[in-house]
Amino acid sequence: MSYGVRLRVWGDRACFTRPEMKVERVSYDLMTPSAARGVLEAIHWKPAIRWVVDKIHVLKPIRFQSFRRNEVGAKASASNAASAMKNGSLCDLGIIVEDNRQQRATMMLVDVDYVIEAHFEMTGKAQAGDTPAKHASMFNRRAAAGQCFHRPCLGTREFAAEFALLGADDPAPASELKGEERDRDLGWILHDIDFVNGKTSRFFRARLNDGVLDVQKCLAETSAT
Amino acid sequence: MAEQQAGVARRHEFVLFFDVANGNPNGDPDAGNLPRLDPETNKGLVSDVALKRKIRNYVAMARPDAPGHEIYMREGATLNNEHKRAWAAVMPEATKAEELKKLPRNEAKARELTRWMCANFWDIRAFGAVMTTGVNAGQVRGPVQIAFASSVEPILPLEISITRMAATTEADAEAKGGRTMGRKHIVPYGLYRVHGFVSAPLASHPVKGTGFSDADLALLFEALSNMFEHDRSAARGEMATRKLIVFRHASALGNAQAQSLFDRVKTWRVFKDQKHQLGDDKLDNAPPARSFADYAITIDREKLPEGIEIIEP
Repeated sequence: MSYGVRLRVWGDRACFTRPEMKVERVSYDLMTPSAARGVLEAIHWKPAIRWVVDKIHVLKPIRFQSFRRNEVGAKASASNAASAMKNGSLCDLGIIVEDNRQQRATMMLVDVDYVIEAHFEMTGKAQAGDTPAKHASMFNRRAAAGQCFHRPCLGTREFAAEFALLGADDPAPASELKGEERDRDLGWILHDIDFVNGKTSRFFRARLNDGVLDVQKCLAETSAT
Repeated sequence: MAEQQAGVARRHEFVLFFDVANGNPNGDPDAGNLPRLDPETNKGLVSDVALKRKIRNYVAMARPDAPGHEIYMREGATLNNEHKRAWAAVMPEATKAEELKKLPRNEAKARELTRWMCANFWDIRAFGAVMTTGVNAGQVRGPVQIAFASSVEPILPLEISITRMAATTEADAEAKGGRTMGRKHIVPYGLYRVHGFVSAPLASHPVKGTGFSDADLALLFEALSNMFEHDRSAARGEMATRKLIVFRHASALGNAQAQSLFDRVKTWRVFKDQKHQLGDDKLDNAPPARSFADYAITIDREKLPEGIEIIEP
């Protein structure tokens, strides 16, 4: 934990989609550890490091809104692209959006504000020059200056995230959660997708304790049962 | 297709203001096509995808014959698909790509395909696309990211009933005397603000970059400025881009926090030649805004962080 970081992220809207309700998207009540990892990676990441999310502080009340959009149901086909590439013709390669219409709703969170507490571990891909101190200072420098590799988002890309680094001495911002909201059993939520083992999803029993989701503690409790 | 151009090397953020008069900027399919509303604030909303649709349509219309400016997500009705393009330029490279396909690794092939798609399709270069190219997670993330647009003040959607002096079916014609009624939803006036991001590494990174170039960026700003000029319809009323403010960073990763830049752009309500903060008590007796002249937009250029340039294309 010597190279722990704290990052505050906030935005007007967010959608951390529940995998069991991803057609008509319904968001989890709070940011998942995997979404938090994605935010950190958007600011700084190299194959030499792996971000581990320790805690997520929920600073604003959990509220939802519904939003329905016209979406496209099809994906770009690799075989069509390959044959178009061969023929040198783009005819019939595009997707006519009217023919692939789906109207899908998003049950999104509104007005969210979190503090992510995380640290990183070195992976097997670390080179000689990859010291933890180097990556820690790179992350801190970027986050403090508002720099990012790409704009982090709150679940989906239309919900861009604002972020600010919390220094080691900065106090944790107060949570606006009301009494009974501060301690909640959030049920089983996605911890992360295990890309090493065939992209399997890993879940854990999440519990909000005084407005804080202690990911490591919940993971330990989950594996104990 | 020419060589893939160097991608945008600097980060950008932009603030776009557009307005609507007596039209529906974006209907809500959940609410019978009423203008979209934030239920908590009564501010109007326009989805990110609605704006991206207009940008795509503008690019398709403005660069119909330019190589590399195809639009992947087409709107069937508006795009003229008939004209034959000069694909001779594409052919040599395509055959070369054909040879490259002999590379044993599937990943290399997948990357070659996505490269080619990026080189040919402007919207994939800008916004990315989900491609089923297996290996590299099948996704191209484009550098351009657009948030939801929100009106600066609450809007008032109106329902207008209209009549038609003809009926569709004979049964209707007999029952209703040849007349039917319909409804239109309009916003009398609304000024909307939207934030956008251009993440340079997603354009210029050797592996992840889409090759979205400075010329593409200029076209994006051209599209943002002109997209409503070519999107007239009975539903939209009068829509227009009012102001586009671009923050250009000197580096790829950026030189300042996005929110601190966005905060520099402020909207004011103008009443009797005086600027007031939105929501000011003094505005309680002011009539609702009905034109762009009722608003003022200011940009704070004082003490701009080093490496930040403000452009108004």
